[in-house]
Amino acid sequence: MLIFRHEDGGKVASPEQMQSWMKQTMDWIGGIAAQNKYVGGNGLPLESSRVVGHNNIVTNGPFGDIKETIGGYIIVKAESIDEAVEFAKGSPVLQGEGNTVEVRKIAKGDGAH
Amino acid sequence: MNSQQELIPHLFRTEFRKITTVLSKLMGIEHIEVAEDIASDTFLAAAESWPYKGVPPNPTAWLYNVAKNKARNYITRNHIFANKVARQITHESQAIEIDLSDKNINDSQLQMLFAICHPTIAIEAQIGLALRILCGFGINEIANAFLSNKETINKRLFRAKEKLRTEKVAIEFPEETSIRPRLDAVLRTLYLLFNEGYYSESQDTILRNDLCLEAMRLSYLLLENESTNVPEVNALFALMCFHASRFEARKDTNGEIILYQDQDESLWNKALIEKGVYFLHKASQGSQLSKYHIEASIGYWHTIKADTPEKWENILHLYNQLLILEYSPIAALNRTFAVSKVHGKTIAIAEAEKLKLLDNPYYFTLLGELYKDIDVLKAKENFKKAYDLARTKADKQVIQKQIETLQKTP
Repeated sequence: MLIFRHEDGGKVASPEQMQSWMKQTMDWIGGIAAQNKYVGGNGLPLESSRVVGHNNIVTNGPFGDIKETIGGYIIVKAESIDEAVEFAKGSPVLQGEGNTVEVRKIAKGDGAH
Repeated sequence: MNSQQELIPHLFRTEFRKITTVLSKLMGIEHIEVAEDIASDTFLAAAESWPYKGVPPNPTAWLYNVAKNKARNYITRNHIFANKVARQITHESQAIEIDLSDKNINDSQLQMLFAICHPTIAIEAQIGLALRILCGFGINEIANAFLSNKETINKRLFRAKEKLRTEKVAIEFPEETSIRPRLDAVLRTLYLLFNEGYYSESQDTILRNDLCLEAMRLSYLLLENESTNVPEVNALFALMCFHASRFEARKDTNGEIILYQDQDESLWNKALIEKGVYFLHKASQGSQLSKYHIEASIGYWHTIKADTPEKWENILHLYNQLLILEYSPIAALNRTFAVSKVHGKTIAIAEAEKLKLLDNPYYFTLLGELYKDIDVLKAKENFKKAYDLARTKADKQVIQKQIETLQKTP
């Protein structure tokens, strides 16, 4: 699983930036899908997000003092973590300074890992 | 239609399937072969009678009458039908109602389409059965279309009919709750039937054309029916229109394939393109985006010959979407071609080499194409690999031409 971490999820992009970002993301995912290695994924919009805390206290974002947010994730079929890392290197998310892509294994059981 | 020699084959193509379907519907799918026999006998009777007595004023009505009589005789003679028939119709054989009205013919064909595309039937057999029962194709024609022989096709059809019998598949419209998955199966079969015609290696142009037209006719049946006139079917029909619009332009007089970029645009069928646009527009209602929507949109962009950045960006975007929805090697290769148009050949080569479709001739054709202006030696190497892997004569011819053109460049 490739998890996109944005340094500052609250930043507002211009429509043109968003358009170009979307295109690049589609090209990137399309390239993985063309190798028959794309399983699925989702963007995780910040709006209407809630944080449920200890004692069921519900707050809106931003999430405390931490600005970093998760922007989305994709699941890929990779032979190894190294292969998944190669996929991650192509992610347009990384064009934003401070942004990262976290590569995690999914516990076996569903065939994807 | 001036001569009888043309009249009977023509009527066979249009009426055989109607008689077979209506009779199968009446007698039940377990007697599908009887229905076929009665329909064949009817045409035999026409061939025996018309040359001597003259063609009747209304040949179709004559055929229907003869078919009805033969069916009634069969039902009366065969007690095996007694139970089934007794429940449906009155005891007197003369009163058996065999409804060959346009409405019942269309309804029966639609129901038969659902029966044939039953999930228990193998996909090649579905296509074969559809060609035989719903399109009135002869066994030879089916064998020719599949590049197979008569025995194989006969066996395949026999097994499929056997399966329809043992699974007790009913010739009826699926229930509301199961209509979606059943419709998916029908669309897949019609899509493959069309592709079979479009990409068939058969040298018989008329036959290939007919396969495509039949797939379109059957899809149109679904559009005429309220509960199956859904966006996906409109999208599939639009896709077929766009592809079919290039039918005249994509082969030369020797039957050799003319590549898209070399096609004579004036041979593209404008009326079909307009039809495709109309149905694609109708398909865009609703929120579901099927692979037929995406492929029809790709088809639409291909009806614009000029290379513009907008065209290829859209095509690339659509191939990305298509691959995310459903992987196929051909979509992966076509996407990479679109990448070369949008981002240049160097990036496309890097993307192509990740695909590793090492037993696919089109993979090497694509690499050859991409290397053409960058590294002629590598281009040749790839085209040669493609040539060795190519499965058909037509494909080999196209690749051979590419190699010859490269030989001329220093």
